[in-house]
Amino acid sequence: MANISLIAGKGVLPNIHPAAAITVLFLLFYPAFASDFFVFQIGAYSLVLGTIALSLVMLAGYGGMVSLSQLTVAGLAGYLMAILGHNSVGVMGLGWPWWLTALTAIFAASVFSALIGAISVRTEGIYTIMITLAIAVAFFYFVRQNYVIFNGFTGYAGVVPPTLFGIYWRDPTPFYYLSLAVAAFFFFMVVYGARSTFGLSLQAIRDNPRRMRAIGYDVTLHRIFAYFLSGLIAGTAGVLMVWFNGRISPGSVGVDVVIDILVIAVVGGMRHPIGPFVGALAFVLLENFAIDLIDRERFNTVIGTAFLLVVLFSPDGLLGLWARIRERLRLRKHPQSDGSGVH
Amino acid sequence: MIPDSRTLIAAAIAAVLAGPAMAQDDSIKMGALATLEGAFTVLGEDSMRGVKLALEEFKYTAGGKKIELITGSSDASPDSAIRATRKLVEQDGVQVLVGPLSGSEGLAVKDYAKTKPNVTFLNGSSAAQDTTLREPAENFFRFGTEGAQWMAGLGEYVYNEKGYRSIAVLAEDYSFPYTQVFGFLEPFCRLGGKAPADARFWVPIGNKDYSSVIAALPDDVDAIYVALGGADAVNFLTQYEQAGGDLPLVGGSITVDQTVLGSKGRTRDFVIGTPSAGPISDTWDDARWQKFVEAYKAQFPDGFPSPSLFAHAYYINTKAALLALNEVGGDLSDGGKKYRAVLSGLSFETPTGMVKLDERRNAVADIFLTEVSEGPDGNLLNKTIKVIPSVSQTLGVSYDEFLKYGPVSRENPKCG
Repeated sequence: MANISLIAGKGVLPNIHPAAAITVLFLLFYPAFASDFFVFQIGAYSLVLGTIALSLVMLAGYGGMVSLSQLTVAGLAGYLMAILGHNSVGVMGLGWPWWLTALTAIFAASVFSALIGAISVRTEGIYTIMITLAIAVAFFYFVRQNYVIFNGFTGYAGVVPPTLFGIYWRDPTPFYYLSLAVAAFFFFMVVYGARSTFGLSLQAIRDNPRRMRAIGYDVTLHRIFAYFLSGLIAGTAGVLMVWFNGRISPGSVGVDVVIDILVIAVVGGMRHPIGPFVGALAFVLLENFAIDLIDRERFNTVIGTAFLLVVLFSPDGLLGLWARIRERLRLRKHPQSDGSGVH
Repeated sequence: MIPDSRTLIAAAIAAVLAGPAMAQDDSIKMGALATLEGAFTVLGEDSMRGVKLALEEFKYTAGGKKIELITGSSDASPDSAIRATRKLVEQDGVQVLVGPLSGSEGLAVKDYAKTKPNVTFLNGSSAAQDTTLREPAENFFRFGTEGAQWMAGLGEYVYNEKGYRSIAVLAEDYSFPYTQVFGFLEPFCRLGGKAPADARFWVPIGNKDYSSVIAALPDDVDAIYVALGGADAVNFLTQYEQAGGDLPLVGGSITVDQTVLGSKGRTRDFVIGTPSAGPISDTWDDARWQKFVEAYKAQFPDGFPSPSLFAHAYYINTKAALLALNEVGGDLSDGGKKYRAVLSGLSFETPTGMVKLDERRNAVADIFLTEVSEGPDGNLLNKTIKVIPSVSQTLGVSYDEFLKYGPVSRENPKCG
């Protein structure tokens, strides 16, 4: 690793790790050398799923609240896109302009998320998981049985992004950059927010709510506001999700997908906001290619086993695994290193 | 050593990203998409048997080229069907795709097909009406028939022969049962039968408890039309029998199939005499069907006792794809234009009779009217009552006339 510290020492931007610079360059130029399939279904989809999982990591990692209803929040935003905007099913579709639809959908999703927070923040640990899971399941059954607004089992199809500046935003490359911009924006917001006053008090509440209450902080309000912010992230990702699929139906917000988001967050690692994106990439790659690795009747076993192994050998996900490997290497090369600090 | 491993990783990534490997000149990539996960896994597995049966029959060659089969899996949701389809088409580069299995998936894949005009799509067993009836895709073909066609003759039969005048409906709540209910009620109501809206019950897929439905069933109907599949059908029949229900039943195409008839218990006696209709009949004594059953049994000793309608539908569509490939000598170099022209005009002999396509590329084929009866060895079987020849998607009327019936839904036909 000597050469890396050398480069970093001389660099114009000394705070940027070369690996980060390489990642940014790779992400920016990715569509130049990848096929449409890899740009859209692997790249953009990982970014969208990663952004939804990011909203969970923000709540769980910094706030200590594991919410299983993040996908439900995203799903509500997606449904609102179809209900308020345009769809090809002939039910609802109020025909609002796309920007008004998107803004309303995202804001409504955030308020919905804050409501979920208001219901669940007085509980801890497994009880929070139970309540948010119950909300997710209730939402799934509600949209499946409601025909007037949510069009029941069939749901909505033909929900597409607008054509702006002469670009159709559902084409692979434009959609990839759109997802990348949204993901990067929220990624840096979370990184920045974690060092803000609000972020620091949220982490303090995570570590010792009783003490924070004694100092005079309104613990409940902080947590509900964190839910509102995570709703902004999940809602925006929900808009992208419905544009990606072009459709939304109860199957898009079912319990298995809800669990997928948790799997992505856990497998990626909850300690840093890059974790959910790493997890999403691993998830999407396995989902697409596991069927090529093994007998078609067993490929779900491969997916399950891979995730099981990650969690078994590294309770803090792929990020933790990477940190551990790096530590090993460092210890071997520089036995004097203290090996401290992952971030 | 780290830069080296990075180079290796970069090289590996570059190799993967390079996009779909071009098909070699002497082989053709064919995709098969079915539900190999989720509630319909067992049906999806039988579908794949149908695909392999057809490929085996052609020794995996057609038009002088080797057929390379690539399978994809969905969980019966349209989202997953689209993701799997996109992977097969855009990453694996299949030129011909057979699938999907379930009704709403078919509608989604048809929409996707419109964006890939150079790829040829053949339906699997998905049987929603609008996959081909309204806004069809030029490159989407359905050689298996659909849910309303499968009901051909059943409405007339129960009205005329059984003498039922008023019927309650119990069905799952999605596009395929809508199509089946429409296909059954349309002729039944035209003859003067009644199926009032408050005697129609729609339950979600995977419903376990039917007690509230059973309690709400009206007493003044002559029979119940049940369009439930797999475990749902078994659950309902068991609970209805236990609740002392005694109304005669009329079955949808997958309500009294082998997966239900094979179940144990008193339900058995209770379903004897239930009329139904569908694209296959287990006991049809025709040589073509018997040959198909023998081939299925020989190749898949671990399959069902007799091929399901899913294996049958995938078999027919795969066979159509291969026959047309033979015809064009495996030449898809023009983006499959010539190939699709051949498919549109294709007419061939299937285990259940001749099949040909209408102008919207939907099959016109024979449908079987059946009745549950006890076989010589005590097993329950669907006895063939009648073969309804050449059933078209518009059920005998003109296309424009048929469109006036409106799209299938919970309230169509009204029939109050």
